This record gives sequence, structure tokens and C-alpha cells, in this order.
Amino acid sequence: MQNIFYRNTLLIFLVIMFLGGCENRNESSHPGVREVLIPEYGDTFIESSIGDASTLLPVLASDSASSEVNGLIYNGLVRYDKNLRIEGELAESWDVSDDNLTITFHLRKGVTWHDGTPFTSADVKFNYQLYIDPKTPTAYAESFKQVTGIETPDPYTFIVHYDKPYAPALMSWAMSIHPRHLLEGKEITKSPLARKPIGTGPYRFSEWVGGEKIVLESNSDYFEGQPYIKRVVYRIIPDISTQFLELQTGSLDYMGLSPLQFDRQTDTPAFRRLYNKYRYLNFGYTYLGYNLRHPIFQDKRVRQALAYAINKQELVDGVLLGYGKVATGPYKPDTWVYNSDVPKYGYNPEKARQLLAEAGWQDRDDDGILDKEGRKFSFTIVTNQGNDLRSKTGEIIQRRFKEIGVEVKLRIIEWATFLKEFINPGNFDATILGWTGGPEPDQYNIWHSSKTGPRELNFIGFKNAEVDSLLEKGRRVFDQQQRKVFYDRFQEILAEEQPYTFLYIGEALPAVSKRFRGVKPAPAGIRYNFNRWFVPKAEQKYAR
Amino acid sequence: MPSYIAKRLLLLIPLLLGITLISFVVIHLAPGEPTDMQTQLNPQASSELQDRLRAEYGLDKPLYVQYGTWLSRLLQLDFGESFAADRRPVLDKVLERLPVTILLNLLSLILILGVSIPLGILSAIRRNSGFDRVTTVLVFTGFAMPSFWLALLLMDWFGVRLGMLPVSGLKSLGYEYLSWGGQILDRISHLILPVFVSAIGGLAGFSRYMRSNMLEVIRQDYILTARAKGLSERTVIYKHALRNALLPVITILGLSVPGLIGGSVIFETIFAIPGMGKLFYDGVMMRDYPLIMGILVMGAVLTLFGNLLADICYALADPRIRHSQQSGGSN
Repeated sequence: MQNIFYRNTLLIFLVIMFLGGCENRNESSHPGVREVLIPEYGDTFIESSIGDASTLLPVLASDSASSEVNGLIYNGLVRYDKNLRIEGELAESWDVSDDNLTITFHLRKGVTWHDGTPFTSADVKFNYQLYIDPKTPTAYAESFKQVTGIETPDPYTFIVHYDKPYAPALMSWAMSIHPRHLLEGKEITKSPLARKPIGTGPYRFSEWVGGEKIVLESNSDYFEGQPYIKRVVYRIIPDISTQFLELQTGSLDYMGLSPLQFDRQTDTPAFRRLYNKYRYLNFGYTYLGYNLRHPIFQDKRVRQALAYAINKQELVDGVLLGYGKVATGPYKPDTWVYNSDVPKYGYNPEKARQLLAEAGWQDRDDDGILDKEGRKFSFTIVTNQGNDLRSKTGEIIQRRFKEIGVEVKLRIIEWATFLKEFINPGNFDATILGWTGGPEPDQYNIWHSSKTGPRELNFIGFKNAEVDSLLEKGRRVFDQQQRKVFYDRFQEILAEEQPYTFLYIGEALPAVSKRFRGVKPAPAGIRYNFNRWFVPKAEQKYAR
Repeated sequence: MPSYIAKRLLLLIPLLLGITLISFVVIHLAPGEPTDMQTQLNPQASSELQDRLRAEYGLDKPLYVQYGTWLSRLLQLDFGESFAADRRPVLDKVLERLPVTILLNLLSLILILGVSIPLGILSAIRRNSGFDRVTTVLVFTGFAMPSFWLALLLMDWFGVRLGMLPVSGLKSLGYEYLSWGGQILDRISHLILPVFVSAIGGLAGFSRYMRSNMLEVIRQDYILTARAKGLSERTVIYKHALRNALLPVITILGLSVPGLIGGSVIFETIFAIPGMGKLFYDGVMMRDYPLIMGILVMGAVLTLFGNLLADICYALADPRIRHSQQSGGSN
């Protein structure tokens, strides 16, 4: 029953899927032979999704299946390029005023919606209003609420004002732009576009058979040129094993593999003949978070001791089969914001015992479990059902903690119950969860002391005045060098305080059919240039 | 008889109301709300959004008000809109999934009946023979085998290794371009594994049931009479015994009516078939109350009518019951 529900596999809903890059191992389709191929149009790209999309109106969608399809149908004003730098999409260029309070977007001319209507600044203006409209049930209004004013002096200029500098502002305009002429004055939740979308993106909507498949056709009028691959089909296959069997028959062209599949089950000549495998580090990490309101975890030395007691490399090797890296903080190692110079907690049970003893925890009654003032060092780790990696992680940690005399119970709970009964009311001792992020380093919502309320993200109750001020400053400056100073210190404090024990960062392990050429791994992963992928005429599999 | 049916129909109303009330309360007792699913642990979603969503769904009102609203809409045959982001009418969502679910369940029911009735009869006639023992072992193996495991094995063998059958789904890509005959073949090839796997678990119960019915009937006096009259064994078994042994099958068929629209999550998940089981399961995981209630109501109605239908058919088929009712006996 695992992995049936796609949301359980992602801890947070991705706003935009960013794939991070490093350690790309691109095996060329024909090793030793340098191919010189002219891209050709045609063929179909088939991939699978474990869940059906919920809606193809990006403003309402919060699940990864919908986001992925929407990503091909719609555009934003800006996007990340292959090196994770911001570049223009619907905006050709932009200027940021000297006080960092105004951004002027110069929109691309000649862009049309899939129904032929021209795209103009009025569309952008409408989208801003759509996102902040209280009647729109969207999860993406927050960053637009920082906006204090907008102007559209002409059809190809869009100006946005802020009253305080807001560093994530520019990238917040990567949000999908919806067609004004089809949505204005109508109730967004009742719009037929949810099932039959019209965007400006590289692919047009063609067909959606509920629970079965979604079909997109390439947009011959796309402003960056028609994509080479003619059709994209998302097949909804809720079971990972079935997906993998379909992959082996060659009926799927793309699948994200599990470490086990990548390592042990795809190392066959038949598989290698059909697919190329890639690996790169994900944005997102798994952690053990301590409820800081709990008396046991209020002492910093205890949290540090627990960090020493966990062998993080063992988790990477055992749970991820080596396809990942040990995490030392909330950022991944190959990004500009990462600070490698923070206190690290290598596996050291001796040190753990010593720190616990300093904090007053000793085994006075010889039952193998530490105690202090008559209280045993015993707590429960909760995590959600449906994520095998997390439950395995829990089991390994449980054993390591036992070795230093800490008793841990593990509870695995269905997602809805988990949130409602444990995380929301702060009714847990410790939890294994993960965060998925992107290149933007702002972590205000997760660590700021103002976000510890019910249903907010700082559910472990972390409060640190210095961190608060660093996070506030970090989102108010635009310059990367200046920002890094704040975020470096932020990472040092987290490492010292250990409110979470950061465990590991997993790798994305996609397999792509060898028919597809033009796959160029970069820091942004492999899908960033999907529009430029192609299949040589002779190898095209689907004629129609 | 008509008054009996009318009485039964009237009794269905309070029963149905009770079922909806209990289901409604139980579902709302489950921790978590649809709004949590849509906004929780999303760094972008604020608390106000959650409150706004709750108000929009009417979740901020007391439970009895919510039930009243839901019930009054239901009385106008309006199942409401799903709480999922697509906000589609529940009826649309169900109707989309219904044909394939009914098709699969019907085919598998036919297969089960077609195989287990002869199997049961033969086992009864040749009780304790080698045949009886072998079928017993086989059907129980089928019953005990986890269906997801069997499905994966068959998919791997017929789909990947032999390449004879498609692994999952209902239609091939490019189905629209196939000829008329090709389309039918494509459909059939996709249905073979799912129908087989869903039927195999049902064989055991049904064939055992048929076997014991038959044994029971054979022991009756009227069979002894038939034999004493000097009828051939064939006539005794197939004319006199079989007809009586088949009577309880009516009940089982009646009980299978709601099963026709129900599906199995595990099985639909494995074969990537968009059926009712998966729809319901996802609905529960998302706490999509209108969808859950809609499916439960439809299931309840079908169960109640299936029971009623079985009772009526039974009465029609079995003179003993018909006569006892007409003579004013209790039902």
C-alpha cells in the first residue's frame, strides 16, 4: 500500500520543481561515437505519474502531478536557467530600481495564447489580482501580498512596487500566468479551464482521461520555437512496481528510479540498451526534528549528543544505498548559499555519552536506559506512513540511540492523522520529515519565531533572536554576497543549536529512453531543456 | 406480494437515513480535514487561507448543519462538488469511473460463476476423490495468495518476459488508430490479467459454497425418491439436485450487486485501472467528504436494493418461501 498517495512522498507541495545538479553521470547513447545529429520533429514522450493531476489551473493546484503538467502548458515571467540563475521567460528583460523597491518587466512581444489571443501586460495585471483575490483559494498568495502597487503603462511593460526590499520578489514572478480573456469576471473555481487549459507554454492541452492519462501536443507557435517532441503523454500508474515493469517493456520513456531500482535492478544489458540513467542531488533534505517544548530536548547538549549518536553516513549507505549525501544544514552542498564551515557531528557515541552525562543523564538504575531525576530518557519518533525511506531511517536511528542508552519508540501514522493529531498541536517528541525547497535560500517560514503558531511551519518551536534577525535581513537584500553573510551565520547557529539533526539529501535518479537526444545534465537537472530534446527520424517510435 | 414489496421499500427509507447519518459522523470523526491536505506544510499557504477554505467548504459550521445541507441537496439528487482542487461534481467523478469498474466486476463475476459452479458440483459428486482434493488445494491456494503479488508475477511473466500481454492500463497508446477488430483485441488483451487476478480469489468461496449446497441437497429425501423412481444418475443430479442447490446462488448474486460498483484499491493501483476503489481510497486520504458520502450512499442504496431483489427473486424461485408468505407467515 505504500506510495499510493503521491503527497506522502513529498513533504511539501512543490511550487516549482527544481532539480539540482552535481555529479551528473551522462552515459552517451553511443559511447565512443560522436554523434552529429540535426534535431528532427516528431515522436511521443511517455512518462508516468503516481497520481492524477487535480486541476490544470496552476493557481489552484498544489500537487506535484498537476504542477508538472502545468509546467509545460504555462509560462511565468521569469524562470531558472540551467545554472539556476534567473532568466526571462515571458519577460524579455527587467530592471530593478536602485532602492530595490521597484521591478520593471519588459514583456516579450508576439507571444500568443494557445487560442491565438495576444499576451500583454493586462494578462500579468489580471494574474496579480487573481492571486491576491481573497476569493481565490490559492496557496500562492503570500509573496504577492508583499506587493504594494502595480502599473501597466503599455501592453509590454509591467511595473511592480514593494514598500520593503524583498529578495524572493523577482522569482515570485515565475508563477504561471493565466489567460485574462478567458478568466476575468468569472469564478475561478468553476472555470472549465481546470480541465481544458489554455496557456502560452511549449505544449498545448490535447486530452485528459481521468485517472488514465493526460496528453499534450507541441505548440507550433511557441515563442522559443516549436518543441521537437510532438506529443507528451502522462500515464497515471499509481504503483511504483507497475511503473517499473512498464519501463522494462519499453512503454515508458522516463521514470524516476528508487535507489534500489537504480542500483540493483537496472544493471542488465537489456535495460542499458533502452535507457540512460542520470543522477544528481535533489533540493530537499530529511531531518530528525526535536520538539523544543519537550523538557528532554531543551538542553542544547542533549540535541548535540543525539546528533553525535547518529551515523549519518550509515543512513546514506543503508537507506539510500549511497545515492545521496550527508546533510549538515538546510542547504545542499553545491549551491552558493551553502556554508561548509559549520560544526559537524560525525558518528561519535563516546562523545554523545559524555555530553549526555554533562547534561545529567546517567544510567543510575542499571537498566540500560539513561535517567535523570527519576525520569527515563525515552521518547517517541513519529513519521508519516507511505514513505519507506523515513521509516527505515527511524529504525536505524532507534538502534543507534539504544546503544547510548536512549530508548526510542517509533510510530508511523497516516498522513492526515499525522498532521492533525501530532504536528499541528505540537503533540510529538521528535519527528522524521523532509523539506523540499529550491535555489531561493529564504527560510523565514520554517525558522522564524513568529511562525511557531498552530498550523505553521516552525512546529518544533525554534526561537532564536539572532536567527530571526538574520532571516529578516536575508530577505531584504538582493546582493548575493551580502545575503551569503547572513545565511552563513544562520547555518552556523543551526549547526550549533541542532534543533533538527540534519540527516541526508537524496539524489534524483531518472532513467530516460535512449531515443531522446539533447539531454544535457546541468546544475538544474536534466528537464530544463526538454523543449530541445529530440528523436532522430530513424528511431522515432510513434508515427502519429 | 406487492404489499410485501411496498413494505420493504418503505422500510428502506429510515435505514438509508440511518446509514448516511452514521457514515457522515464517522467520516468527520477521522482526524484531519480536506483543507489540511491542501495547505498543510506548504510554506506558501497562510493560516488565513485555511480559514477561508474552511468557510468556503462550510466546514466552519456545526456538524448537524453540514449534515442538513448535504442531505437537502441529496434529496434533490445532488451529490455536491468534490473538495479536491478540481471541484468537479461528485456524480461526474463517479460516472467517469463507473463503466470500467462494472465491466471488470461483471466479467470477473461471470468467470467466477462459470468456473466455480461446475467445480463445486463435480467436487460434491466425487466427494473425497482425487479431483475433489486437488481442486480444494488449488482454489484455496488462489484464495490465500495475495492478489498484488500474483498480479506482479503475472505482469512480469506475461508482460515483460514473454511480451504477450500489456502490463497495465486499459488501452494501448494509439488505440484510436487501430482498426475495429484491433481495438477489440487490444481491449481484451488488457482485460485478461485483471479479470483473472480479481476472479481467482473469489473461486474458493464460491466453489466451496456450491459444493456444500450440493452435498446438502443430495442427502434430501426427494433425491432418494428420485433415485428410487429409477431415474438415471444424470437426471437426478442435473435436474433435481442442481436446481435446488442453485437456489442460494440467487442470494449471493443479490449481494454481489453493490460489489459491481465497488472496486479494490490494491488491484486497481497495481493494474493502473481508474476504477471506483482508487477513487474512494483517494477520497478518504484527502478527506474529500462529498465524494466519500456520495460513493457510500450509492453503495448503500445498491446493497439495500440488492438484498430486496434477492429476497424477491428467491420468493419467486422457491415455492416454499412464496407460499409461506402468502399464508401470512412472517418473512
